[in-house]
Amino acid sequence: MAREAVIVGVGDVPLKDGRVVGGGSVLQVQARAAKAALDDAGIPMRHVDGLLVAGLWGVPGPGQLPSVTLGEYLGIHPRFADNTNIGGSAFEAHVAHAAMAIEKGYCDVALIVYGSTQKSERSRTLGGRPPILTMQFENVWGIPQPVGGYALAARRHMHEFGTTEEQLAEIAVATRKWASLNPAATMREPIAIDDVMNSTRISDPLKLLDCCLVTDGAGAVVMTTAENARAHGARAIHIRGYGEAHTHWSIGAMPDLARLTAAEMASRRAFEMAGIGHDAIDLVECYDSFTITVLMTLEALGFCKRGEGGAFVSGQRTAPGGAFPLNTNGGGLSYCHPGMYGIFLLVEAVRQLRGEAGERQVADLATALVHGTGGTLSSGATVILSNN
Amino acid sequence: MSEVYEKPQPVIDPGTKPFWDAAREHRLSIPRCRSCGKHHFYPRELCPHCHSDDLEWTDVGGKGEVYSYTIARKPAGPVFAADVPYVIAMIVLDEGPRMLTNIVTEDVEKVRIGDRVTVRFDDVTPELTLPKFTLDKD
Repeated sequence: MAREAVIVGVGDVPLKDGRVVGGGSVLQVQARAAKAALDDAGIPMRHVDGLLVAGLWGVPGPGQLPSVTLGEYLGIHPRFADNTNIGGSAFEAHVAHAAMAIEKGYCDVALIVYGSTQKSERSRTLGGRPPILTMQFENVWGIPQPVGGYALAARRHMHEFGTTEEQLAEIAVATRKWASLNPAATMREPIAIDDVMNSTRISDPLKLLDCCLVTDGAGAVVMTTAENARAHGARAIHIRGYGEAHTHWSIGAMPDLARLTAAEMASRRAFEMAGIGHDAIDLVECYDSFTITVLMTLEALGFCKRGEGGAFVSGQRTAPGGAFPLNTNGGGLSYCHPGMYGIFLLVEAVRQLRGEAGERQVADLATALVHGTGGTLSSGATVILSNN
Repeated sequence: MSEVYEKPQPVIDPGTKPFWDAAREHRLSIPRCRSCGKHHFYPRELCPHCHSDDLEWTDVGGKGEVYSYTIARKPAGPVFAADVPYVIAMIVLDEGPRMLTNIVTEDVEKVRIGDRVTVRFDDVTPELTLPKFTLDKD
């Protein structure tokens, strides 16, 4: 029988006020998340023979070879490594790459891990990356990074489709309601549309509450064969489809500022592989670096038509109790956002599909779609998961 | 230019030097593909439209329109703090390519998508000139 790759473990580290509880280096927090996910799977670290990492740590320095450094630190000798870094969506791409490696027999147990201590280190600013190579044409203008690129997209979307700042605010408000149900979320106090509208202006039309948090965090996902999952008594989450794409990093090179081309490409392929339609999706976890990211992603994934994202999210349709449960852990907007967020979309989707999400559990779930976005609306990677 | 210019300066490389050299002479020069006829920006070794390597540098008119814009209310680091609020815009040049730039205007609230703009060369150091734009309606 053909090997089937499944997800058998997820883990993260506890946060308090956006900081890792007990502190720790970026290697320590990744080790803790990896152990949590492996313990969840019931699989020992010594069985890990595939290591998939992406990060923004240790550069210049050991982070230049991240899986090599992390493998050493964890005391394992992987025979499959993937350092694919396409931004915050990298981890959804890692699931696809690990699935192919496992199904081909190239590895048996794959560990995907991410961590950041950016909040504790106070290392994040709106300043740009070095103005070298392609970025010499972006960073000399003082564009706040990365919010400015998203602001340009939001402004263009508003121009082409009549999308309003209030509609973007609907997303922030609904996501905060989900966060209020998640004890691990950094920001849990409910907010209203007016709070978003009156929050500090950052890069018009985006305001503070349109933007994700800046926190620490670490998360991990363990994958293996369905057969190995049974042998360890682990509950398997099935991978029904996946896809990935990237189109640009310089915002000046984005094919269409009002259209998320990478997400269109990635999700089309994932739906084709899964052989299902949008009606079969019970839950969506999508990257919410900014409110506009969510709106454009929902359009690109095909849950509404181009230009109709504003209407789609209006009336708190994505909030708890709404017609379209979305970002049920409180997202990057209110739960946590440690630089690259995509691993947490996977962790939450798996917990929801297993019925382990506590107060925020969505009822009667079978199939979830996870979509990561990275860079400046640059990359997209989709994974469709099911619990049966 | 008695003050020291502390903002990020492009690290000019052989592939981009003709653009920055032209800017210093107050010309806007970008590559055009002899194979498909299209201009592109930023400058590349292969045409991003048809992947031909048959490219030439051409001076363009320096006119275009606002494709999108944002008003920075928070600076991109302390060196831009004194400029807040300022406009970062994506311009579509009349020749086709888009470029990121600043729009220099007294009233940042006035900028709209579709506004016609014209290049204005800003000599920020003896070695560096930045092609910024002004609103034709200003």
